[in-house]
Amino acid sequence: MHCSAAFSQAATSATAVPTISGSRHVGALHSSSSSSSCTLLIPSKPINLRFCGLRREAFGFSPSAFTRCSNSQRVRLPSRRRFKGSNVSASLGDNGIPKSFDYDLIIIGAGVGGHGAALHAVEKGLKTAIIEGDVVGGTCVNRGCVPSKALLAVSGRMRELQSEHHMKALGLQVHAAGYDRQGVADHANNLATKIRNNLTNSMKALGVDILTGVGTILGPQKVKFGTDNIVTAKDIIIATGSVPFVPKGIEVDGKTVITSDHALKLEFVPDWIAIVGSGYIGLEFSDVYTALGSEVTFIEALDQLMPGFDPEIGKLAQRVLINPRKIDYHTGVFATKITPAKDGKPVTIELIDAKTKEPKDTLEVDAALIATGRAPFTNGLGLENINVVTQRGFVPVDERMRVIDANGNLVPHLYCIGDANGKMMLAHAASAQGISVVEQVTGRDHVLNHLSIPAACFTHPEISMVGLTEPQAREKAEKEGFEVSVVKTSFKANTKALAENEGEGLAKLIYRPDNGEILGVHIFGLHAADLIHEASNAIALGTRIQDIKFAVHAHPTLSEVLDELFKAAKVNF
Amino acid sequence: MAHLLQTTFLPSSSPLIRRNQTYILRISGSRTRVNAKIREIFMPALSSTMTEGKIVSWVRSEGDKLCKGESVVVVESDKADMDVETFYDGYLAKIMVDEGGVASVGSAIALLAESEDEIAEAQAKAAASGSPSSPSSETSNSAAVVAAVPHPQPEKVKLAEPAAVTVGSAVHPASEGGKRIVASPYAKKLAKELKVELARVVGSGPKGRIVAKDVEAAAAGPAASVAAAGPAGIELASVVPFTTMQGAVSRNMVESLAVPTFRVGYTITTDALDALYKKIKSKGVTMTALLAKATALALVQHPVVNSSCRDGNSFIYNSSINIAVAVAVDGGLITPVLQDADKADIYTLSRKWKELVDKARAKLLQPHEYNTGTFTLSNLGMFGVDRFDAILPPGTGAIMAVGASEPTVVATKDGRIGMKNQMQVNVTADHRVIYGADLASFLQTLAKIIEDPRDLTF
Repeated sequence: MHCSAAFSQAATSATAVPTISGSRHVGALHSSSSSSSCTLLIPSKPINLRFCGLRREAFGFSPSAFTRCSNSQRVRLPSRRRFKGSNVSASLGDNGIPKSFDYDLIIIGAGVGGHGAALHAVEKGLKTAIIEGDVVGGTCVNRGCVPSKALLAVSGRMRELQSEHHMKALGLQVHAAGYDRQGVADHANNLATKIRNNLTNSMKALGVDILTGVGTILGPQKVKFGTDNIVTAKDIIIATGSVPFVPKGIEVDGKTVITSDHALKLEFVPDWIAIVGSGYIGLEFSDVYTALGSEVTFIEALDQLMPGFDPEIGKLAQRVLINPRKIDYHTGVFATKITPAKDGKPVTIELIDAKTKEPKDTLEVDAALIATGRAPFTNGLGLENINVVTQRGFVPVDERMRVIDANGNLVPHLYCIGDANGKMMLAHAASAQGISVVEQVTGRDHVLNHLSIPAACFTHPEISMVGLTEPQAREKAEKEGFEVSVVKTSFKANTKALAENEGEGLAKLIYRPDNGEILGVHIFGLHAADLIHEASNAIALGTRIQDIKFAVHAHPTLSEVLDELFKAAKVNF
Repeated sequence: MAHLLQTTFLPSSSPLIRRNQTYILRISGSRTRVNAKIREIFMPALSSTMTEGKIVSWVRSEGDKLCKGESVVVVESDKADMDVETFYDGYLAKIMVDEGGVASVGSAIALLAESEDEIAEAQAKAAASGSPSSPSSETSNSAAVVAAVPHPQPEKVKLAEPAAVTVGSAVHPASEGGKRIVASPYAKKLAKELKVELARVVGSGPKGRIVAKDVEAAAAGPAASVAAAGPAGIELASVVPFTTMQGAVSRNMVESLAVPTFRVGYTITTDALDALYKKIKSKGVTMTALLAKATALALVQHPVVNSSCRDGNSFIYNSSINIAVAVAVDGGLITPVLQDADKADIYTLSRKWKELVDKARAKLLQPHEYNTGTFTLSNLGMFGVDRFDAILPPGTGAIMAVGASEPTVVATKDGRIGMKNQMQVNVTADHRVIYGADLASFLQTLAKIIEDPRDLTF
């Protein structure tokens, strides 16, 4: 029902006559970077950004000129809907059509998910607003992926410079590599600021209204932001993200007991830091801290470090990222109580056995980083107004991100993407979900294949993965009655990796030998995070091994690791 | 004893076949002994071109229990490092090719015992078979060998440790008096690598935590102390790095230069004390305890001598009188502390002292037993030293150097000449808080107590 309505809406909007005014198009072009003929109109991309501050009336691209962008249906369509206003979202109200909604789409939360959705919505011609109660960019840009990459960039270089063996093997001589903590912290902070501004500007340039204040859903299609501003929209996307999860008994003081929020500011580099949780966040921080001279103790509730990674990759990663570094660990234990350093006393951590619940140990360290995962940020969202009950804080959604209410029914016109729905707590997954939702509300059914979403951990070397782990694949195979094969290649056999003196690494392909379907790819090695996309794209597009193995890779490049992987796979075809 | 030689691994090529043949051959005579199995773990063929493999690391160590599917060893082939997993449960009994070693494909690199009892047996077998690289090493005589070689447990050579404790060394407050070892992750790692026992390392990190350099010092220490052990062992003109204890002593001594000290000496007649000692010696009372007790009682009357100045701006009258007594130990010295020496009776004090000395020799002193002194006694009388001068340990107010008590010809006030046992004491004190008159009157009190020691045995 929902879909057919959306289709009709799209159909009506397509017949509308475009009134073109500049900035929207510029933005649309910028975001979709679509047609080559359009570049005739706009000399070069960077100039696009200069249009940001100008009102759209200032640009009078004539419709005829615009139609020269003949091969870009995607650019033209949105322009019609945007400025004429569609029948459904007759928000402009000056064309005689009853004014029903202020916006076509309101997104609550301007993180990476909301931003991705907003950009795509504009491209699709929706009048879009984004509500942000804090700063644009959300967790990823301000307190997550972005600043952490800045720190990791530093740690990667430090690690390299400190590795006498590595340097010597390359014939380099470096003495006494050191760092300035404030300088490193500034780099992270500057990067976050820069990306935040880029994000803000790109949305402004596209004409997305940024509404400042905390967003609350008052009822169907109605949202309050700030203290008493009420706006309506045909569709609403919840994209409120998450906050660091802090288990009970842990007192976070922001100085000696910290979460990733604080750690990214790098206010101090402790001699000894305990990291509670050995997932992505914990691992990345262990990489940063050990490179900067700290010693690290991991506290992991499960029996093995790095749960969630393919076991084989985890094992290798442990051998490379943990064992040779100044890291020790306690597995199978819970940190039941963590007290910040006070009155000359160190941070104390009480550990109990995860199974027997018996006290096991007490640690005294200089600092503790809580990296036990993230909790959805959905409080105060007004979900009760539409009869939606969260599950452990997560907003329940179906595979199309449509919100499900307490009775198990879909809430019309309401979607939830990103960390708030908990399906896959990754920035780019949120963005992909947002784009999927926009596709749906603009009349094209779309279900996002989460198995095609890659994930990466930016340690040195990096870890990346897409699809199923080997145990998951085998379980699925058992259930569905197909065969699973695994092939592996090593970075040791890759020329480029050896040239970089970084031969440590493994790539692993899990596939179906009967039809050549790629079930999962896991990479541990130099630039693994960049290498994974060949595999994730293949999964997303349904490319089979028997086809992709004929694709050519430049030599010598790291991408040949995957090339070799595909070529090594045996498909019974 | 007949063993079933059977592979624990599934290598992809010939070794399996070879092993199977052995298995078939062996089984004929030993079907009844199937329950006692020692399996060989051998170098698998990780690729078609692999002829030999290098052991990158043993993931597990000897004696570890292994479960099917667990990684045991990391092997480097011509192409990659691979984890090698066990296909059987059991105990890793003996590692035959150490880390870094190379073995040809199919040769035994370790033995896996099925039960804990068989570990020793497997080790014996390994010792007997000798050549680890011969996969077909026969074990037909192993029963005899087992009998002849009783439990050749491969003892890891433990390096002798330097003295565990040092004057004034801090200990982690949360380490429950030293029961629990607080060491940083890298220190632990290093200790394992350098085979240093952390319990015997003194931490110099924050709050007494053991950090990497302490372990390194401890690892370097034994060499130095071995060299210094006997004149024969000293390598002349060699540079000997400080042991942890020497390092700590050195730091303390340099620190002491910041304190303006002065000295006051006194001669005390000990005839009465000696007589008392003779009387109660049989009850386990020691001279050290008597001296400590006498000193403590004198300190009660002169609290300023029991004070300490740490910051140069203020000083503290210590609430208890804890007499630290310097004791020479191998490679250094330590100051066990008789706590509340003024309050405890002489018998308790003597027992306590004995206990402390035993502990000090065994290097088992807890931190509070050696670093809480408020006044220090140092006695070199047993060497015949008649007088000497002690350096004030930082953080305390005074130290008393006690010489030997010797028969001396003295002229008494009544004009006679007589023989008396006399000893010289020499107190070094921090002049910022303790002045000459304080020490003088303290010494006068002490002399009175020692010369009329009735109060010592109340």
